[in-house]
Amino acid sequence: MSMSALDPASPLTSAGGNLRRRRRVDLLMRGIATAAAAVAVAILAIVIVSVASKGASQLSISFLTKDPVQGLGTVGGGIASAIVGSALIVAVATAMALPMGVLIAIYLTEFSKPRTARPIRLALDLLNGMPSIVIALFVYGLLVKGHQQTGFAAAFALAIIMIPLLARTTQEMLLLVPRELRDASHALGISRWRTIVGIVLPGALGGILTGMVLAIARAAGETAPMLLLCSIFSTSTTVNVFGTALPNIPYIIFQDSESGFPADYARAWGAALVLIAFILVGNLTARAMLARKRRLMSR
Amino acid sequence: MSTTTPAATRLPTSRHLADRLGDRILIGLTFAASLAAVLVMGLLIYKLIDGASSSISTFGFGFLWHSTWNPATSPGVANANIFGAGTLIFGTVVTSGISLLIAVPLGVAIGVYLSLLAPGRVGAVIGPLVELLAAIPSVILGLWGILVLAPVMHSTIEPALHDVLGFIPIFGAPSATGLGVFTAGVVLAIMVLPIIASISRDLFLSVPRELKDGALALGATRWEMIRGVVLDSTRAGLAAATILGLSRALGEAIAVTQLMGAGSLVGANLFNNGDSLASRLAEQVTNAQTSQQLAALFFCAVVLLGMELVVNLAAQLIVHRFERRQGVAH
Repeated sequence: MSMSALDPASPLTSAGGNLRRRRRVDLLMRGIATAAAAVAVAILAIVIVSVASKGASQLSISFLTKDPVQGLGTVGGGIASAIVGSALIVAVATAMALPMGVLIAIYLTEFSKPRTARPIRLALDLLNGMPSIVIALFVYGLLVKGHQQTGFAAAFALAIIMIPLLARTTQEMLLLVPRELRDASHALGISRWRTIVGIVLPGALGGILTGMVLAIARAAGETAPMLLLCSIFSTSTTVNVFGTALPNIPYIIFQDSESGFPADYARAWGAALVLIAFILVGNLTARAMLARKRRLMSR
Repeated sequence: MSTTTPAATRLPTSRHLADRLGDRILIGLTFAASLAAVLVMGLLIYKLIDGASSSISTFGFGFLWHSTWNPATSPGVANANIFGAGTLIFGTVVTSGISLLIAVPLGVAIGVYLSLLAPGRVGAVIGPLVELLAAIPSVILGLWGILVLAPVMHSTIEPALHDVLGFIPIFGAPSATGLGVFTAGVVLAIMVLPIIASISRDLFLSVPRELKDGALALGATRWEMIRGVVLDSTRAGLAAATILGLSRALGEAIAVTQLMGAGSLVGANLFNNGDSLASRLAEQVTNAQTSQQLAALFFCAVVLLGMELVVNLAAQLIVHRFERRQGVAH
């Protein structure tokens, strides 16, 4: 312990050799901690500036409205069909995951007993810590092996990734709804389901939507499920989620980053800029909403 | 009695019925959803083991240390369809280890800065920025790693490390492209950093104010207070944070696939190409040529799943023990 190094006989006010050394160490360590924070912010800035500067030269109306061109290293083309495909896959995933996440959160906060809550919490924790490539392989074994890749398979994997996130934020928001509101509702003789549907859920709605935005931002960038479940596609726009694999942005970035041709790198930067802009806007709005919600609720 | 209006007696009963039915339906629905989550988790484990079963029965535990990986469609080839994950496990452990070596000291230092040193308004800006780092998709970090970081690694960092520390075999001859195990570990560190930084910040904020003030009142400098009180009392939590970071690093497939340069790590040189469990899955599942190869890939996923389960349970155990000790102390 550092305290034992103190010599009780020496007055603390005089800057003797020992104290000067201690102050120097103190200054050095505080400097290191500050520098570490600066490094993290610098990394974020460098990554975002790289994507923005290299992607911006790609971005044009035709990049956003044309379909990708066939063949590695081919110049031109856009990512229109990939934007449509990604949006569809994430929408289907959200349509599956949102009700599931909200229902699980309601069960855990309103109905469950400790004995039933424990296995559910454990399952959610394990799913949350599961690498997305493992979830992707599970869905591959379940839906794709022996059949073919579909947009739905990718959406299913994304839903499994989103459920624990949605359940957790919804739970947090349900717990923020004041106990007194529930008690008052019960005291008026209103049944539990009417209390939950009519009072608790509307009170938590803003928070649940925030959680949804965060989960969508997370799912939109997931690449491992796309690689295994939705990577063999024709580059034209299609909305057939259940029948075929759909072109999607994460896989386009992955494929073009591996190809080695400058034209592909350029397209990858452009697609990365579109994706990162979407994700950052989603994250920042969600954070602002969440901060406001917490402030209002805790008042 | 018979003259009382029917509405006065009937209305409450029908409402009661609707209420009870509504309660039942809502409980049933929410319970079914929760049960489904547990079932999906169970089915996931079952499906992976089921997919790997033929490989498990052929190779057994030897799969964990053998390093042959030989998918072959023609029967004449020596060692055809013999699979082992030795080099992949090695690659997974080495990349995760590099990422933790970089991210843990840096993340804890950021936690110290955000919780104890930063002036309120500065911390309120930098904290979310560090967390935003976790929102960048791994495929974009991989793209950035290939085209921005790898050239710098190749031209500057790897030669410098080789010149200064070249007598240690892990800092061998620099790679031709900048891609390799070391670069993959550095990018993994960027992904792990926000996890460790935000957990350690929350940990340090939870240290009671009286303890910090007490140390300062005794004449300790800020750093002595941080080392003696804050870091000392949160050791268990920091261990759990490290383990959660490890869990993230072990399973990352995409950025590692992009940056490892695909090839088995031979020898100790960290600047060589390599492959990890997760990156092998990302590369080979969609173009697996034989059913044996696919089964071996499922086996890799089972190994990865086992590693993740052990790591997550260890983190929970540490937190649990820590909470119990804290409970006794207060």
